[in-house]
Amino acid sequence: MSFNLYQENILDHYENPSNKGHIDNPDLEFRDLNPLCGDEVCIQACVDPEHHLSEICFEGKGCVISLAAASMLMEAVEGKSLDAVKQMGRQDMLDLLGIPLTTMRVKCAMLALRTLEKAIHMYEGKK
Amino acid sequence: MTQPSSTQPAATLDVDAVRRDFPILQRQIHGRRLVYLDSGASAQKPLAVIAAIDHLYRTSYANIHRGVYTLSEEATLAYEQAHERVSCFIKADFEELIFTKNTTESLNLVAYAWGLANLQAGDEIVATQMEHHSNIVPWQQIARRTGATVRYIRIDTQGKLDMAHAAELIGPRTKLVSVTHISNVLGTINPVYELGQMAHAQGALICVDGAQSIPHMAIDVRALDCDFFAFSGHKMLGPTGIGGLYGKRAILERMEPFLFGGDMISEVTFDGATWNDLPWKFEAGTGPIAQGVGLGAAVDYLEKLGMDAIHQHEQMLVSYAMDQMRQVRDLEVYGPAAHERGGVVSFNLEGVHPHDMASILDQQGVAIRGGHHCAMPLMRVLGVNGTSRASFYIYNTVDDIDMLVEAVGEARRILRR
Repeated sequence: MSFNLYQENILDHYENPSNKGHIDNPDLEFRDLNPLCGDEVCIQACVDPEHHLSEICFEGKGCVISLAAASMLMEAVEGKSLDAVKQMGRQDMLDLLGIPLTTMRVKCAMLALRTLEKAIHMYEGKK
Repeated sequence: MTQPSSTQPAATLDVDAVRRDFPILQRQIHGRRLVYLDSGASAQKPLAVIAAIDHLYRTSYANIHRGVYTLSEEATLAYEQAHERVSCFIKADFEELIFTKNTTESLNLVAYAWGLANLQAGDEIVATQMEHHSNIVPWQQIARRTGATVRYIRIDTQGKLDMAHAAELIGPRTKLVSVTHISNVLGTINPVYELGQMAHAQGALICVDGAQSIPHMAIDVRALDCDFFAFSGHKMLGPTGIGGLYGKRAILERMEPFLFGGDMISEVTFDGATWNDLPWKFEAGTGPIAQGVGLGAAVDYLEKLGMDAIHQHEQMLVSYAMDQMRQVRDLEVYGPAAHERGGVVSFNLEGVHPHDMASILDQQGVAIRGGHHCAMPLMRVLGVNGTSRASFYIYNTVDDIDMLVEAVGEARRILRR
């Protein structure tokens, strides 16, 4: 049976995630939950003087989709400016994943990006 | 409409005949036969229920209780007959059954109308670690407003209530014990009669969350000696938007209404109002007329099958399911032995998130629930973020369970576990 949700690259990100870990003194940090299933993601990052994400990592507990999405998002945003990241939306995340998702699973896919948005929002609020 | 032909409750279920009564079971999902294993969340509907609602809207629909024209009288009669049938189904008097939206509203009714008026600082409400959020959050809110506290009876390693802990918690400060009859996650059937006796010995009341029991076993509120019994219609073959609350007459009579408005009054002046008789005192506004009629038809259908035959069928399914699942490597099944539970099996395959499990099973036509099942505190006790849950009903077969087990194997293969 062909199963287009759990493709090789998705499973690879899930099993060997990029930028998984911890930063000791992050400039921004936020932990969020998907209330639907209790999945959680924590994102930490450092911001350089030019307002770019110079270093970013995540930790999380969750399903293949939410954790693969987090891993792919880390790769996509590392080195990007905060403004560029703030421009990212639902379609950008779905494009990164490149798999068809049902409405419920889109929420899994969006957990990491929503968490990063909130982290940036808090960081900018503090400044 | 097709219905099992016998008018006497059958000793065993004719599942093939039952399956023919549920049109949705003809559906294909992703090219596969639908294997519906989420009746714990909501049951599918038999033709008898669909037809009863259709018939009311086509022939006898109008608002109830006030119109004196023919249609309104017919609709009133149909709605009141549904009330009568559902109250008989749980062995209650007509006046003791209130139609609500669902179990959640029923529990909120008890919390607001009884709890706010009868609880004060220092009082205790005793629930259990296995409650659904709907039997936790209302009590937390009422406790916050009254200064009462909520305490939780522990579960043991088999997922059964620790009755010694229950005896410790239920004491002179206890004013209410509110407990689920059957856990929606573990399937555990709780000894609600014994808990009721313990509560009554302390002068406290017992409220039973019957959402997961009333679809699956005969309920006799007198034999249970419970003070309140809350349930939903949609899990027992009825439509959504209707549920019930049983309350002992003397208690309901002393309670003030929960919602105020039309139909629940006796007389209104510019200075105040007096309340209508039971059960209407607690049914403000235009009620779920068609849904009530649909629930009445659901109860008729269940009675024709016989609640004991239904319980027996589910016992057979759950025992078969647990035997099969025990043979799956790295599969953990939560809760007590088959004979101590309802038709619910929660499980986790090591390293596989319940959402991924549910997605992969869906691709094979198997509908199960994955997540915390509105029981986040229980998930914490079990030490998991969520579980996958298969729940069975009258239309499920041994074949369905074989499909489930096969699909679980497929999940392992796809996720390379």
